Amino acid sequence: MNRLLLWLIVLVVALAAPYLVYPVFLMKGLCFALFAVSFNLLLGYTGLLSFGHAAFFGMASYVVGHAMTRWGVTPEIGILAGTLVAGLMGLAFGFLAIRRQGIYFAMVTLALAQMVHFFCLQAPFTHGEDGIQAIPRGRLLGMLPLDEPHTLYYFVLAVFAGGCWVVWRAVHSPFGQVLRAIRENEPRATSLGYRTQHFKLAAFTLSASLAGLAGATKAIVFQLASLTDVHWHTSGEVVLMTLLGGMGTALGPIAGAFVVVAIENTLAELGAWVTIIQGAIFVLVVLLFRRGLVGEALEWLRLRAARPSPQGK
Amino acid sequence: MGIPLPVLFGQLLLGLINGAFYAVLSLGLALIFGLLNIINFAHGAQYMMGAFVAWLMLTMLGIGYWPALVIAPLVVGLFGIAVERTMLRRLAKLDPLYGLLLTFGLALVIEGLFRNFYGVSGQPYAVPSALQGGVNLGFMFLPIYRGFVVVASLAICLGSWLLIEKTKLGALLRAATENPSLVRAFGVNVPLMITATYGFGAALAGLAGVLAAPVYSVNPLMGSDIIIVVFAVVVIGGMGSILGSVLTGFGLGLVEGLTKVFYPQASSTIIFVIMAIVLLVKPAGLFGKAS
Amino acid sequence: MNLRKWAFVSAFALIAAGGAQAQISDNVVKIGVLNDQSGAYSDLSGKGSVVAAQMAIDDFGGKVKGAPVQLISADHQNKPDVGSAIANRWIDEDKVDAIVDVPTSSVALAIQEITRTKNRVHLNSGAGSSALTGEKCSPTMVHWSYDTYAQAHGTGIALTKQGGDSWFFITADYAFGNALRDDTMAAVKEAGGKVLGAVSAPFPNTDFSSFLLQAQGSGAKVIGLANAGSDTINAIKQAHEFGLDKSGQKLTGLLTFITDVHSIGLETAQGLVLTDSWYWDTNDETRAWAKRWSEKMGGGRMPTSVHAGVYSAVMHYLKAIDKSGTDEAKKVVDTMRTIPVNDMYTKNGKIRADGRMVHDMMLVQVKKPSESKYPWDYYNVLRTIPGDEAYRPLDKGNCPLVAGK
Repeated sequence: MNRLLLWLIVLVVALAAPYLVYPVFLMKGLCFALFAVSFNLLLGYTGLLSFGHAAFFGMASYVVGHAMTRWGVTPEIGILAGTLVAGLMGLAFGFLAIRRQGIYFAMVTLALAQMVHFFCLQAPFTHGEDGIQAIPRGRLLGMLPLDEPHTLYYFVLAVFAGGCWVVWRAVHSPFGQVLRAIRENEPRATSLGYRTQHFKLAAFTLSASLAGLAGATKAIVFQLASLTDVHWHTSGEVVLMTLLGGMGTALGPIAGAFVVVAIENTLAELGAWVTIIQGAIFVLVVLLFRRGLVGEALEWLRLRAARPSPQGK
Repeated sequence: MGIPLPVLFGQLLLGLINGAFYAVLSLGLALIFGLLNIINFAHGAQYMMGAFVAWLMLTMLGIGYWPALVIAPLVVGLFGIAVERTMLRRLAKLDPLYGLLLTFGLALVIEGLFRNFYGVSGQPYAVPSALQGGVNLGFMFLPIYRGFVVVASLAICLGSWLLIEKTKLGALLRAATENPSLVRAFGVNVPLMITATYGFGAALAGLAGVLAAPVYSVNPLMGSDIIIVVFAVVVIGGMGSILGSVLTGFGLGLVEGLTKVFYPQASSTIIFVIMAIVLLVKPAGLFGKAS
Repeated sequence: MNLRKWAFVSAFALIAAGGAQAQISDNVVKIGVLNDQSGAYSDLSGKGSVVAAQMAIDDFGGKVKGAPVQLISADHQNKPDVGSAIANRWIDEDKVDAIVDVPTSSVALAIQEITRTKNRVHLNSGAGSSALTGEKCSPTMVHWSYDTYAQAHGTGIALTKQGGDSWFFITADYAFGNALRDDTMAAVKEAGGKVLGAVSAPFPNTDFSSFLLQAQGSGAKVIGLANAGSDTINAIKQAHEFGLDKSGQKLTGLLTFITDVHSIGLETAQGLVLTDSWYWDTNDETRAWAKRWSEKMGGGRMPTSVHAGVYSAVMHYLKAIDKSGTDEAKKVVDTMRTIPVNDMYTKNGKIRADGRMVHDMMLVQVKKPSESKYPWDYYNVLRTIPGDEAYRPLDKGNCPLVAGK
């Protein structure tokens, strides 16, 4: 009963939000939240730190941009195309990367992402530094124009909800259990008979696809696909969001994403300070709040619940 | 082939010079990784700090290049020691990825601070007068300072290698890497060695920064530009192998130079392609020991 | 459960904190200076442009037609996504009427789309792409200070005619660098010179030695640097190191500002030939303005042509609002076209139908250290290039706004 009420409140807030808060900001938050959620599937639940996730996020943006500006497809087809390409890249990169573990895995993903970055720099269809600009918002299914910010917001909200639902289903399933087992103790999972490499690859591909979904949606919201989206700073940012929010928690990445996006927005006028603050947050979170905002909050609540009640004695 | 030999030799020589920087920087990184099992993302920022300290000393205190070669690494080394003692030490028992993330965050903070105060246009730093001018080698005009950089880097790498491989201190360091608890049981202050190693690694980065100051403009982005490449170098060479990173540093500099002759647009990517291949074929690196 | 509620409430509190924007009443002319305040172009534009814009507002009197004029600014960090997010928020939430400066062509093009769609004024002083008055031209935009065509034709033609009839290019491998190289190649050929070759360097790049080696090997009389900012600085420093100046080859930075010369240092930069639109030490009027600007910036620096362009553009914009009585974008820009530009920036500027503000450019040469008598005394003006010669003819740009195209 309590839970239902809570979800109802969430729904109402989510639906009413664009009338209270600048919609573009909310949409940016939702896209990055989805990005972080997909990243968390890999980091929080499978224990794999990918330092090159921007490659999937950004490449999907470019695919959507190109598809909608050059081929004139409708947004849902564009997004599907972006997600598909990201998924295929995830399959290929994952196949190469999972042969290594720990730090080496991170370094391989970084190297592969750097190559994607340079590819995007050179390839004619990305227009290099200019990026793909003036991406139309189009008409959903050829019928519903997405130009109006509020309409677009609901579309993005639906995409976000859909993506989160996919992750939720994956995590709360036997597949998710195996992932967690891999995170905890991979040799043991192998000894139990699970082909861990296959599971890791599946998780990687799924994570990459959803990151692509996030990137593709973002391209439509901002009507722009640029090199920033494939730069290693963006890869670092999603790590920051997930870490700050709390990896391994369901809501952590969402909270982390909104906080980071809010900071960027508020401090856009202060230039280098955004970098400094992001770096400082990294340092502080790693040193003191490794559970992240949501994780620490959950821990605090757990401790409070576990404390003996005053009238017990 | 169509490429005249003098051009080829010229590019190779230039590649060697670049390789000298890669070698010194990857030496520091390899040392730190070898002992602390941490990828020091802040290495690039420490390199940049070295260059800036040298520049600040020149513009604010009038102290020139030669003293800077000694003082700047000391300053950066001390900073490194402070970082290790206050922050990295706390992460020692955790997954090494936390160390990576911490140093990543530090790099952002340092770079951001310098960017905030100094902008990104780059500050000029003149070549010291004793090393100005150049020598005409026939196939190219070699600035004396660049030749000095190669010689100095070789000396630094050789000196470090001797220190690690041939001295008692180095032996202790290597033992501590393999089996810290055992070494501690012998009464050796392992935490102190760890701190000293990180400081030394940072100091090496700072030294590379001073060497670089007259060559590239002293600007806050110089670290992040080079650090990703240096990671690739270390991974290719073998993350804990000193000799490996030095040889790979010089070698990859040469490869980069060659690529610039035949296909310049790929010169940024070639090292990463090689890194991906090496990681798949010989994961421990070309010179690393399989763990 | 409680914990989820807590988490969501906290998340939304943070959202609200980040997203809440103040509402401004509409009886105000609001100008937003959007540029790079911390990156590669922060010295040539950055805070200096904000100061220049504020000076224009103050000199105009702080009000136009009874409404106060307000100024805000932000750092686009040279990223089109950051720039467009800020521009959209400014227009949607902060009621900004004009966006000013915007260096970095990729960001400028994004802002161009936004201001065109939402009918706001775009006064660009910092970016180079000549597409801004070409294929991507907009009825609410004025391109004030320079563009890649003018740079190319200024330096390219001048040097070729002076005897530098064979060229080799070192290009930053991105849209701006390629455009600058292409425009200059065309200019060189037009003036009767030959292009011996070109090489593309990654962008950004710190080490140009191998490209300079190739340039040296080509034997070209002029080595054109189709890049900007730290790329140019590094290339020039390294050219000096490699004795290029002794070999008789002339080096030219196709887009170089006085702040770059300052970074390189006169020792290395001496003799460089550049095209610029404005120099602080030209006459008493420019010197007086530069001195005022410098004082407001805390001393020790001198303004670039981008800064001066921002001042001139904002002044002109306010004059146009005063004359037309409205701040509706299209009407104001149309009115701007009816007023000739005559101030400390240029004496005979005019705004064309494609948005190009045509004015004289100058060909300058960097002084030797012995010739420089006081700080920032860097340029010898070789010649003034008349505006009509410097800029691309109106009918050659493929701008849809120009009648008959």
